[in-house]
Amino acid sequence: MKGSLIVVLFFALGCVLGWGLNLFEITIDGDLTRYVLYLLMLQVGISIGCDKKLGDIIRNIRPTLLLVPLATIVGTLSFSALVSLVLVKWSVFDCMAVGSGFAYYSLSSILITELKEASLGVQLAAELGTIALMTNIMREIITLLFTPLMVKYFGRLAPICAGGATTIDTTLPIITKYSGQDLVFVAILHGILVDLSVPILVSFFCSL
Amino acid sequence: MFIVIGIMFGGIAIGYLLRKATFLKHIGKPINYTIILLLFLLGIQVGSDQNIIRNLPLLGGQALLLAVAGTLGSVLAAWLVYRFVFKKKEEKA
Repeated sequence: MKGSLIVVLFFALGCVLGWGLNLFEITIDGDLTRYVLYLLMLQVGISIGCDKKLGDIIRNIRPTLLLVPLATIVGTLSFSALVSLVLVKWSVFDCMAVGSGFAYYSLSSILITELKEASLGVQLAAELGTIALMTNIMREIITLLFTPLMVKYFGRLAPICAGGATTIDTTLPIITKYSGQDLVFVAILHGILVDLSVPILVSFFCSL
Repeated sequence: MFIVIGIMFGGIAIGYLLRKATFLKHIGKPINYTIILLLFLLGIQVGSDQNIIRNLPLLGGQALLLAVAGTLGSVLAAWLVYRFVFKKKEEKA
């Protein structure tokens, strides 16, 4: 939670600075963002590759456990697609790209802003990136707040699927508390696989 | 899109080859700094766009709709998997 607050704070600081720069008609080169994004992807890859838990987890995967991340992905994408019927401004694939963030707000918002620039133009791409940022932060907050209710009405897997990519870090403690210790492994495996799927699915839906 | 995914898989290979190196255990910190820097840059881009600033409440409403829909969809799918796969196993056990 503290981590997300710092991120939001810096995003807001950037907004204020950008607003100020705009008054003086100064623009910042967009290529810089792209290279920092490449750096981030390299770091994310290295952290996955050198994680010692990765080997254990791959060896212990049983097919039924894969149903949990699959439920997250199918459930999120189908309902995000339905939203495009209401938000006529955005295409069905735009909405699915935002949904594919699975609460990984930093990566999804940046990827969408970068990858959508070619087809939507700078302004609309930044708008969709901002929506992705807010959507995925809200998803994390919804999971943190409503985990007890989700477990009560939709079973012990519900907060794991709701948490998306965050079930490996920020939402793991609360999920452990309400879904039970025996599902910690399921939550971590789910978090890793959904984490991996974010850049792949977001780029895929941005390219359609 | 392939550049981004390619770089990530390259990183996974590097991380796997260097998994014995102790300095990589602390990769989490630089990742956080990069994320903060990127969101700051995204903020600059958003802030310098008067249209987005004016539309911020509207964008927030759209974001809330997408967040609720995505969460609801995954919770319903989770309920199906729990009800028909996991719970059956627990009953047998």
